[in-house]
Amino acid sequence: MTAGLLVELTIFVLSVFVGFEVISKVPSMLHTPLMSATNAIHGIVVVGAMLVAGAAIGGSVGQGIGLAAMILATINVVGGFAVTGRMLQMFKAKTGPKA
Amino acid sequence: MTLTDTLLGIAYLITGILLIIGLKFLSSPAHARTGNTLAAVGMVIAVVATCFDLHILTWPLIVIGAIVGAPIGYFGAMRVKMTAMPQMVALFNGAGGGAAALVSSGEFLRVLNGQQPANASTLVPIVLSTIIGSISFAGSLVAFAKLQELMTGRPITYAGQQFVNALIALAVLASAVALVAGHATSPIFIALVVSAALLGVLAVLPIGGADMPVVISLLNSFTGVAVAITGFVLTNSVLIISGTLVGASGTLLTMLMAKAMNRSLGNVLFGAFGAVSPSSAAAASSGPAASVRTASIEDVATMCAYARSVIIAPGYGMAVAQAQHAVRELSANLEKRGVDVEFAIHPVAGRMPGHMNVLLAEANVPYSQLHEMDEINPQFEHCDVALVIGANDVTNPAARNVATSPIYGMPILDVDKAKAIIVFKRSMATGFAGIENPLFENPKTAMLFGDAKDTVSKLAQAVTSV
Repeated sequence: MTAGLLVELTIFVLSVFVGFEVISKVPSMLHTPLMSATNAIHGIVVVGAMLVAGAAIGGSVGQGIGLAAMILATINVVGGFAVTGRMLQMFKAKTGPKA
Repeated sequence: MTLTDTLLGIAYLITGILLIIGLKFLSSPAHARTGNTLAAVGMVIAVVATCFDLHILTWPLIVIGAIVGAPIGYFGAMRVKMTAMPQMVALFNGAGGGAAALVSSGEFLRVLNGQQPANASTLVPIVLSTIIGSISFAGSLVAFAKLQELMTGRPITYAGQQFVNALIALAVLASAVALVAGHATSPIFIALVVSAALLGVLAVLPIGGADMPVVISLLNSFTGVAVAITGFVLTNSVLIISGTLVGASGTLLTMLMAKAMNRSLGNVLFGAFGAVSPSSAAAASSGPAASVRTASIEDVATMCAYARSVIIAPGYGMAVAQAQHAVRELSANLEKRGVDVEFAIHPVAGRMPGHMNVLLAEANVPYSQLHEMDEINPQFEHCDVALVIGANDVTNPAARNVATSPIYGMPILDVDKAKAIIVFKRSMATGFAGIENPLFENPKTAMLFGDAKDTVSKLAQAVTSV
């Protein structure tokens, strides 16, 4: 096992604990926005898509894969944050303006 | 380590911190929006930083992909009706899973081209993230099709189903082992992708629409894990951190949801819940469906207007009828008359946890009026009128005392303890889970048939003129 892989595994394991810890206190009324927000966060795969699309992998297959990855990842990240924002915008406190 | 690498690492660290704080802020309604903004800022930082990565040699594909993808995501998110939110999240999730599988496929191509070593430490993460990403992609599409009613929401089962699924799973495993054990060829990789996608489809088919929230949540965490493993493929820390955060939190959320239905995750995934078994179909046809009492809008208006307290229990029917604005109007009109109005929100009412909260929030119902099940249940016995609007299975007392009922043991809203119960319903059809509801035959219950939006609007007007 290389030193790099060990560092990555450490990051991975600690992130598991952070993931559990951060979420355990969310009230169920926020579960839908939460699911939507975590859905947006895995849109970070756009970083991976950029690296693959920009890596100049030869051939039309490589280019097709890069382009498709980029499109899907962008849909995920843009749509994810937009839809979460739209949902959260609707949560208003009692003191807020009533339509 | 070059200066660029150092700066990239620092930018990714900042992204990680912003995502964690963002998720933390999402745990309170007051800070949730800030949380989402922080996470989005973190994402922008990561994307901008990646633009300076020296591994990026060519730009056209990145730019075209972003130009094509961004409007699809944005307009999809802006146009979707709040009631169709679950399937939208399923679609975005599928896109993420597909992207993770494609990124790993691209890396596999580099292995074939000799740009990456064909050893286990390269191939194992590539294979894993391709499998999980493909399952998530295909499974999410089936979940979307079920919720959008492009196909039946009922569980699809057939003889030998589990055997077939096991065979496909075996095919996935065999291709994975072959790839890692020195047969890194295109045909085997394609077999891996196809069999994993097929597994995703077949695994979601037997799951009923009522369980879709749990499935979407599980697939969401799958995509998170796929993205985290993609991080191992690319040795990219920000992918590992973010993907793992989603994988862990998604798993926890999935378990909370299954728990709210008093079922194990295994039962949700393999139980084919809500399948119409011959015995329950027979019971349904012989049920005493004629013994229900119906009420007029005027009756209900009078009852509500002179009540001290009214509790509203909304369900998916409210979402389908787009009745949330009418419900808010009714609640406001009753409050003007001095009636105490509260909302009882079952954790799995609708098709996503918190689905009702989002809809009622859209209609400007303040969240302080929305109560979770455990909080509101003791109040039902002091409540004069309980209005059940488009909710069915989550109020079904059979869950409490009929051991043969498929929902036996699921915690429910105790609406039957109210002094009077009004059920708003389109017809006498069974709920999403296809189960008879003895609540309708309760002597304290009166039914108000019709389109929920129409009926509730009329009721909202009627209570002002009582």
